[in-house]
Amino acid sequence: MGTAGRAGTMTDQPAAEALRRTSLHAEHVLLGARMVPFAGWEMPVQYSGIIEEHQAVRQAAGMFDVSHMGRFELIGPEAAALLRYVCTYDMTRLSPARGHYAAACRPDGGIMDDVYVYCLAEDRYLLVANASNASKIRDWLRRHSRRFRVEISDRHTSTCMIAVQGPQALERLARVLEPDFINSLKPRACGEIEWENAFVFASRTGYTGEDGLELISSAAAGPRLWRALLDAEVLPCGLGARDTLRLEASLLLYGNDMDETVNPLEVGLGWVVTTDDSADFLGREALQRARDSQPQRTLVCLKAQERGIMRPGCSILHSGQQVGKVTSGSHSPTLGGSIAMGFVPPELAAEGTELIVDIRGRPLPARVVPRPFYRRPRAAEERNA
Amino acid sequence: MVIPPDLRYTKEHEWVRMDDGIGTVGITDYAQDQLGDVVYVDLPSPGKQLSQLAVFGEIESVKAVSELYAPVSGEVIESNGALADKPELINESPYDEGWLMKLRLADEGEVEKLMTAEQYSDFIESEAE
Repeated sequence: MGTAGRAGTMTDQPAAEALRRTSLHAEHVLLGARMVPFAGWEMPVQYSGIIEEHQAVRQAAGMFDVSHMGRFELIGPEAAALLRYVCTYDMTRLSPARGHYAAACRPDGGIMDDVYVYCLAEDRYLLVANASNASKIRDWLRRHSRRFRVEISDRHTSTCMIAVQGPQALERLARVLEPDFINSLKPRACGEIEWENAFVFASRTGYTGEDGLELISSAAAGPRLWRALLDAEVLPCGLGARDTLRLEASLLLYGNDMDETVNPLEVGLGWVVTTDDSADFLGREALQRARDSQPQRTLVCLKAQERGIMRPGCSILHSGQQVGKVTSGSHSPTLGGSIAMGFVPPELAAEGTELIVDIRGRPLPARVVPRPFYRRPRAAEERNA
Repeated sequence: MVIPPDLRYTKEHEWVRMDDGIGTVGITDYAQDQLGDVVYVDLPSPGKQLSQLAVFGEIESVKAVSELYAPVSGEVIESNGALADKPELINESPYDEGWLMKLRLADEGEVEKLMTAEQYSDFIESEAE
């Protein structure tokens, strides 16, 4: 048995450089996790097994150490103005205790990173960036912050971040944190609470397609919080399950589905590009132009019609011609069979379009299907929120 | 890690069990553990002629795809049809229900070139270092 390929960029690393460890590293080792290099960090890829962890999040509750993701606090009277300038979404529309997703673009519209921004107070925001882009975004924020009255603090190493996800996530979290606090958080809302003499920030957001919270505490309190969640029967899950979960929910992965050569409109992120205001933001002109013209390519969801697994880099064919490439692809534990996302010309993006994906020389028929692949059954109170 | 003493092993982590000129082939417990959850396996049809260490198929886990190498030369006489619907048998029972294919050996002497259980045990230990 020899390696013929890997699932994308998930463990691809420049060698040699010393890997950083999160404050939960010892917990992972104690639990027997398989550790891999990821974006310069030593991270758990799986504990009990990717499929078991995946199912736990779809059916009950799982948690992920996501401390490798970049966290920046922006404080000052012009924090919102800086965020409006560097983000495609108009963050000045955020009220305190709310969050929103956005892209941070270059002037030519290429995506520097996709970020989540939380408004803690009118002059205090938290920006969460991808691990692989954390230092790039820190430099980008600092460079563009000079003409704004704002202080940027890097909270990457001083804090710990844990995502708790699944249909029973809130119920199990209520065994650890104050239930009234948890119940007060509507989707995309956030807040802070004191827990055992430590501060915990919580937001009702995630990257799995399930309900749940993302928690940030001090790095020192992290292991205690992790153990309390273990005691509340939340299953530890690794990056492997995180990838299959986010793919089923058709959530994009930076470095796979987008990079600096891709603009937000090409990957279905038009909803986070605000152009109905007059504010200047990085990439505005390019994105306005892109919005007014025909796209060259578009990201679609593909479902394999036969056995075989579509992987990143596989060619997408139509009438014998290569028309695009798979950007993310894997086995789908929830749907069975293989699912993928990839770029195709707009005329081949309609639902039901039959395409061929080249699996190392073997043609695998695949069909364009609606996005997302998987949508969780929502509770009525959530729909009305 | 289970390494049955009566089998022979390749450096690519396949095993072969000899029985009256027929070799049953699979991947080792170590290999299935390294791969993680197996979700798909592509195996040759009966009649296919394989030479020793030729690629005979592919195995895919959630995370990765790997090629499979024939431990010995011979003609494929059967592949494990149960794996089409239950590829997880490879994880659950790598030496028994998760077997991959049976070969009629061309040259039984080739088995002697493969590692014994003890040698394979030393080999994976050295690989892990």
